[in-house]
Amino acid sequence: MKKYFLARLVQLVPILFGITFLTFGMMQFAGDDAVDKIFEQAGSVSEEVKSAKRAQLGLDQPFIVQYANWLGGILTGEAGKSFISGKLVFETFVDKLPATIELMLVSILLTIFIATPLGILAAVNRNRPLDFFIRGLSFVGNSMPNFFCGLLLIYFLALKLNLLPIIGQSVVLPALTLTIAMGAKYTRQIRAVVLEELDKPYVTGARSRGVDEITILIKSVLRSTLVTIITLLALSIGSLLGGTAIVETIFMWDGVGKMAVDAILMRDYPLIQAYVVWMAIIYVAINLAADLLYHWLDPRVRYGDSS
Amino acid sequence: MKKLIPYFAAAGILIFVAVFANFLTPFDPYAQNLSDALTPPNAQNLLGTDRYGRDVLSRVIVGSQTTLCASLLLLATISIVGSLIGALCGFHGGKLDGFLMRLSDIFLAFPQMVFAIAAAGALGGGLLNAAAALAIIGWPKYARISRGLVLSIRSMPYFDAAKMAGSSSTKILFVHVLPNIAGTLLVTAALDVGTIIMELAGLSFLGLGAQPPTAEWGAMMNNGRSMLQTAPWVIFAPGTAIFITVATFNLLGDKLRDFFGRTE
Repeated sequence: MKKYFLARLVQLVPILFGITFLTFGMMQFAGDDAVDKIFEQAGSVSEEVKSAKRAQLGLDQPFIVQYANWLGGILTGEAGKSFISGKLVFETFVDKLPATIELMLVSILLTIFIATPLGILAAVNRNRPLDFFIRGLSFVGNSMPNFFCGLLLIYFLALKLNLLPIIGQSVVLPALTLTIAMGAKYTRQIRAVVLEELDKPYVTGARSRGVDEITILIKSVLRSTLVTIITLLALSIGSLLGGTAIVETIFMWDGVGKMAVDAILMRDYPLIQAYVVWMAIIYVAINLAADLLYHWLDPRVRYGDSS
Repeated sequence: MKKLIPYFAAAGILIFVAVFANFLTPFDPYAQNLSDALTPPNAQNLLGTDRYGRDVLSRVIVGSQTTLCASLLLLATISIVGSLIGALCGFHGGKLDGFLMRLSDIFLAFPQMVFAIAAAGALGGGLLNAAAALAIIGWPKYARISRGLVLSIRSMPYFDAAKMAGSSSTKILFVHVLPNIAGTLLVTAALDVGTIIMELAGLSFLGLGAQPPTAEWGAMMNNGRSMLQTAPWVIFAPGTAIFITVATFNLLGDKLRDFFGRTE
């Protein structure tokens, strides 16, 4: 296990290098009109002032030098200052991160607690009305863009029924928005896994020995569902991270997603770079963790291929 | 095959509307008429009007051209280019394979939408740039799948037989390899249509895709956001259009997958 873990860590080095290079290159490619943007409100500003600002921000140096400086900054947590606020981008990012983590955790927990029973219920009632109903719900959730879903929830739950506060206070509506899309996928997969498991010989064996269905479900089927949920979590964390950007913007939730969208509109490149790099690193780290957990839970894949 | 016809027909209707949108609109989707602004749905404007008095139904119809055609073109580009790259990698192996697969590792390490948002922002918004952002991050998935499929075909007896019979590698690639991986790739692409539509519309919704006054579903919803309480139809109409389109293509994708006998 330890050897496998170390091997995986070594594999990550070129990937992290690639992530940072690509992110930096992308923003560089975007041009340096950030300085123009900063002075936009000030009206006409002389070229000297602008180039002084460029020098101050380090924008006049060659690409590789800028990249090396910036990479050093990322590693020490001092990756540049925001063009707009002048604060260290890492600090801003760390400031906003807890709100996003809260939103993600609530969504994940809601999803697991809603999708697991729904998926199992659908599988147990295969091809009966309840199964069709749950599959219908899952299909609708899967075809609904999260921005439409969020606006519908605001309109019906907050504006029409006055059930919940809309903006920036309660985590319920933004989390529910993310849960609907994610839960739809989970329900479907969990149903498929439970169906597959219920078809296996050991279940038939248990049934023939007179073990009741509930015991079979809890003792055997739930364990395989757990492995599925971990796989699903690793797979869906990417779309969840992307989803937070849209949902946070709709609900004015003060997390890193909204920060990034605002930064893009302001052309605040250092902040966008920090956002993309850290999101990718979080994504890679979560995938690694899920992988290790998966190996630990399912001995069949343990020490298997490490490709 | 017969079972698939209704789903193809439904998708066909949507594509037909998208292609011939300009002939199907009851009103000019860009004609402003401020005295009729924010009229609720009625006999004349079936889906009401927006804040510039433009007919929402006409804009939804023309919007299908922007959203659906752009998404399908984008998906076709990603899936064909990605699959060809993957097939070449699997077929020839070697240094190029190693390089391209490491490159795809890097792209796959980004959360897709996070990268797309930043790339679209860096490129400066606009529908074309948003599509480019999704294309840059989208191709590795297809390259990976098609490379895996090609590698499994290389171990088949008919592959060796074709080689021993002296077929050129171009012929083997186009006659023996590509037709055999097309089914899986087609199913993958069909299941991706909905995702691509939602992502492209999502970028427009954030203001990073199609720009006003262009009629595009995501952009229309972005413009109507501040009037959710007073004029919900401005948002509900394009939102429902996205939902129906995505649902139709998801159903088609599911049925295609069942038809090709593959499970998730």
